[in-house]
Amino acid sequence: MADIPQKSMAASRPLSPHLTIYRWPFTMATSITHRATGIGLTVGAVVLAWWLVCISNGPDGWQSFHAVSDTPIGLLIVFGLTWSLVYHFLNGIRHLAWDLGYGFPKQTAERNSVIIFALSIIGAVAIFALAWTGHGGYLQ
Amino acid sequence: MSSAQHKVEGMGSSHSGTGHFWHERVTAVALIPLSLWFLYVMLGLAGTSEVTALQFLAHPWNALLMGAFVSFSLYHAYLGLQVVIDDYIHTAGTKIFLLLFCLLSVIAVGVVSLFALVRIAAL
Repeated sequence: MADIPQKSMAASRPLSPHLTIYRWPFTMATSITHRATGIGLTVGAVVLAWWLVCISNGPDGWQSFHAVSDTPIGLLIVFGLTWSLVYHFLNGIRHLAWDLGYGFPKQTAERNSVIIFALSIIGAVAIFALAWTGHGGYLQ
Repeated sequence: MSSAQHKVEGMGSSHSGTGHFWHERVTAVALIPLSLWFLYVMLGLAGTSEVTALQFLAHPWNALLMGAFVSFSLYHAYLGLQVVIDDYIHTAGTKIFLLLFCLLSVIAVGVVSLFALVRIAAL
């Protein structure tokens, strides 16, 4: 943990190239994005809690939420959370497939990485497009 | 070096075996249908009024599903954050602080969310 006895010796040794040196394969990008979207979605859970509290506060609460969420920055955050959920959902299914032993060959993993990136963007844009073209709000 | 009982239990040096890994997968599987339902609800409430949201969440099934989505999400989030902290934080003090901060935070967010759902149902 904190105390590495060989630290002073290790500091003078040559280091192997770190992350910045390597070409970014798609699989590496999808792995890091899975973590980043996971952390983002944790923040999303806080936003969801705030949304629920606002609804429980009646009309004034609803207004106070939309005063923030309807701003350009608010919409950008909601879009970011939507994309994060779609991405983490799709890549999470891939993780479960990996756990079952599927999808490990290099070319399959690379191809699936591209597919997941593309589908997550298409999915998030589609959800927003549906909402903006009046196809949302069907629970009224 | 390990006793016979230790070997049979198969919990290893962490005393929790594959518990963390397994809980992460179980919550992930549960979150597949719950996330689809959540996106369906969010799109369905887009552009509506607070009355619609209130009436929708006041329905017992919807309140239960939302409560389940929040609970499974937060537990899954804690398990994931724990892995990130274990991977990148190597100082004992900082690690313990961050793990406790994340644990208490997800509990607080969960309690607040569930209480809001109960309050909505009672409105």
